[in-house]
Amino acid sequence: MIAEPSHAIPSRGTIARRLLANRSAVAAIALLLVIVILCAAAPLFAPYDPIAQPDIIRGKDLPPSALHPFGTDGYSRDVLSRVLYGGRLSLSVALVATLVSITLGTAYGAVAGYAGGIVESVMMRILDALLSIPRLLVLIAIFATWNDLHAKAFVIIVGLTGWYSLSRIVRGEVLAIKGEEFVMSARALGAGRTRILLRHILPNVLTPIIVAAALGVGHVILLEAGLSYLGVGLQPPTPSWGNIIQDVSATQVATVWWLAFFPGMAIILTVMAFNVLGDALREALEPRGMRT
Amino acid sequence: MDEPLLSVEDLHTYFHTAPAVAKSVDGVSFTVAPGETLGIVGESGCGKSVTALSILRLIQPPGRIERGSRIMFEGKDLVTVDDATMRDIRGNRISMIFQEPMSALNPVFSVGDQVAEVARIHGRGSRQDAWNRAVEMLALTGIPDPEERAKQYPHQLSGGMRQRVLIAMALIMSPALVIADEPTTALDVTIQAQILELLVDLQKKFGTSILMITHDLGVIAETASRVVVMYCGEVVEEADVTTLFAAAHHPYTEGLMHAMPQLGEPRARLNVIPGSVPPPTDWPTGCRFRERCPYAWELCEEEHPPLYQISQAHTSRCHLAIEPERRAHPHPPLVEQLGVPA
Amino acid sequence: MARYLLGRLLQVAVVVVLVATITFFLIHLAPGDPFAEAVANPDVTEKVRAHWREAYGLDRPLPEQYVKYVASIARGDLGWSFSAQRPVADELRDKLPNTMFLMALALLGSFAVGIGAAVLQVMKPGSLTDRVIGGLSLFLFSLPEFWLALMMIFLAYRFPIFHIPIGGMIDSTAHSSLGLGGRIADVARHAVLPVATLTLILSAVVARYQRAALLDVLPAEYVKTARAKGVPERTIVRHHALRNALLPTISLFGLAFPALLTGAVYVEKVFSWPGMGQVIINSIGSRDYPLLMASVIVGSIVVALGSLLADLLYMVADPRLAYDR
Repeated sequence: MIAEPSHAIPSRGTIARRLLANRSAVAAIALLLVIVILCAAAPLFAPYDPIAQPDIIRGKDLPPSALHPFGTDGYSRDVLSRVLYGGRLSLSVALVATLVSITLGTAYGAVAGYAGGIVESVMMRILDALLSIPRLLVLIAIFATWNDLHAKAFVIIVGLTGWYSLSRIVRGEVLAIKGEEFVMSARALGAGRTRILLRHILPNVLTPIIVAAALGVGHVILLEAGLSYLGVGLQPPTPSWGNIIQDVSATQVATVWWLAFFPGMAIILTVMAFNVLGDALREALEPRGMRT
Repeated sequence: MDEPLLSVEDLHTYFHTAPAVAKSVDGVSFTVAPGETLGIVGESGCGKSVTALSILRLIQPPGRIERGSRIMFEGKDLVTVDDATMRDIRGNRISMIFQEPMSALNPVFSVGDQVAEVARIHGRGSRQDAWNRAVEMLALTGIPDPEERAKQYPHQLSGGMRQRVLIAMALIMSPALVIADEPTTALDVTIQAQILELLVDLQKKFGTSILMITHDLGVIAETASRVVVMYCGEVVEEADVTTLFAAAHHPYTEGLMHAMPQLGEPRARLNVIPGSVPPPTDWPTGCRFRERCPYAWELCEEEHPPLYQISQAHTSRCHLAIEPERRAHPHPPLVEQLGVPA
Repeated sequence: MARYLLGRLLQVAVVVVLVATITFFLIHLAPGDPFAEAVANPDVTEKVRAHWREAYGLDRPLPEQYVKYVASIARGDLGWSFSAQRPVADELRDKLPNTMFLMALALLGSFAVGIGAAVLQVMKPGSLTDRVIGGLSLFLFSLPEFWLALMMIFLAYRFPIFHIPIGGMIDSTAHSSLGLGGRIADVARHAVLPVATLTLILSAVVARYQRAALLDVLPAEYVKTARAKGVPERTIVRHHALRNALLPTISLFGLAFPALLTGAVYVEKVFSWPGMGQVIINSIGSRDYPLLMASVIVGSIVVALGSLLADLLYMVADPRLAYDR
């Protein structure tokens, strides 16, 4: 009888094949590619300068037309161009903040799970407390007081507040894998703690990390949009998907709907794609039925 | 013999999975007479449980009962009756006892409620009537203090007690047929005997037929009057229980007998049939047992054996029926010659 | 049981102190000390300034200020809001119920809608119904709350069929002249859009979660037993499977509180609903830090109590836990 490690990860080829067999995953990847290319190469695709205000009197609040497919805003700026440039900022903020979160979450969870004993229980208690802090409220408090924050600081702070749930998952996985035979035998062969953690345990907890990363990016995009909409996120005139909509008040939306509608759709399509991708990755990495 | 209660005719149940079709049940026929116990015996993967689930039409997609299969019961073909009729039969005319009593009971409902539910679905009485009948039934299965026990949840009962609950559930409507799928496998040896005894007792009381599905010939010996041996989705031998134990014909049945622990013999001498059941997506050609068979010869590879009549009411799917002298010259089976680990 | 409850309450207290600490140091360490800035604010009367100096020890070192601050919160003294010109506690006492009202309606609505949608989906996985509901909940799950709120207003403007009001909580001109029934109807009409927005968003979360939980439960042996008993498929999903699949959803109930509070901030801003979210937004604008700090703390109390409530519900719902304790 050959004992299979219960946490065996499928090979890269298998994962890719399963992903490509999933039609919605393929659509999500394609959509993300298009969005990323459009935003990254915004100077190539954007018809206008996103910040300059060409004609503040006659050019403002123009409805969508051939010249301005997404219309113009209250400062006569082209909304399409702002959405493309805004995507650059929003996407990179989301990616970097997520990177910060998953690094912290993985490290914290792995250390807690591997250390065990009192260290672990103290670390988990701290985590319990952190988890029950309402993230948005704290972020609002931070950004409202530390106004005029640079985008870099924004990214780091958002990343610093988003790792708790992942570290809990990672710790659970590490606990489960720690007892597996291949880890035991590595230890018996004299491998050191760091080596075991990096070489044997981390590759096996990749599943939740990758899934959390995909879902996390979508979540941070929404968070950035929300904070910027409230006026405590990324500050104009540099556009982000959230702060483009910032100026649209409830009374204006009926007339200048395009100003809220198009940036919103950009956010939704991107976040949907990340969510579909996250779900599909989870399926590909551990199909239903194999889950214990 | 009287008109049979249940008659399974040429049953094919296939699972249509992505790369291949699993022919889990591949042309099975047998009958169950009123009041008798028919045993179906075989290793896991031989299709006996799928046969049982097919009778109640509990096969879930991608599984499907193929066209041409017939399951006649009380004048109806269970393969083609509409869903409402089928639901009317389940739990009422035919009921089922599952193998693992803990997982077969819903953890969030009291056991009395789960027994009474059957009476609520199929009976006409009030909720209270159904509950009272459930308590009565629990008492009949030998559960002490049934009024109190009925209010408890599955996790509060012992394994044997839970199996009694499942039996109460199966018998509350006094069905014509009870299908028991490995009813004692998950239990301690001492409890096993009690449960089997209880089943036989209640069968006498209610006049129920039982279809006893098991891998354990000991269970068959204790309960069944006739036996069907299944292998690779087929019936390979059928006989009454005395004939089978005295003069098994099919080499597979022989192997199962040898694998049975004998009284007085040290356990170490337990013989296991070499090799294992092949996957249902890929049954061997010719005789499906030939690779594990100590008598197999060319004919077994060339021709899929039919069910030969050995004697009155004894059939066997083995070519030895036409060349019986070969039984005197066993040889190591193919799987051992190839060095495939057992 | 009592021990457990005490432990959990202690945890709530720890979280609240933690949040208070974080917000305190954030605000005091912020560049330019917003507190000093607030003191210098010309809108602040000399009397209030004196009160602050005394209450927070603004001329004392930071650690001492912190101790004073925590002590005053523990006494229930949340400070003085200069934008509202009244004690913070009074302001919150007025506004918190309005938010709780929105949250409670949205909570009930979204669990009803979300669980119902998941049950419909699971009746026939992969069917058109399943895919349509699945797509819709993915869409709702992926959109920013404030955007949905804005679109609601847009729709209400463009299709003014029922003349649903798009802002505020009451009709400020007519409300005082209405009878009790009229007043309730007035508030209800104003609540339609905010509650609908919050409900839609949260029900998508519930539906996705509940569907997965149901699919996890359906292959269980006891579901097979129920089928073998002759239980109709609808009853199997609604009764046998759902009862088990609801257990994980109860923990979602605890997670719904932060989501609702977050949603309320946006929804109240867009619909000008006079609740906690509105208070938070206004206190950012007017740099009313005592009010902001207190709002964040009260928000975290609501969230912590919500998760405690979910834990208690779980124990009641799962017979395995109820008896073991």
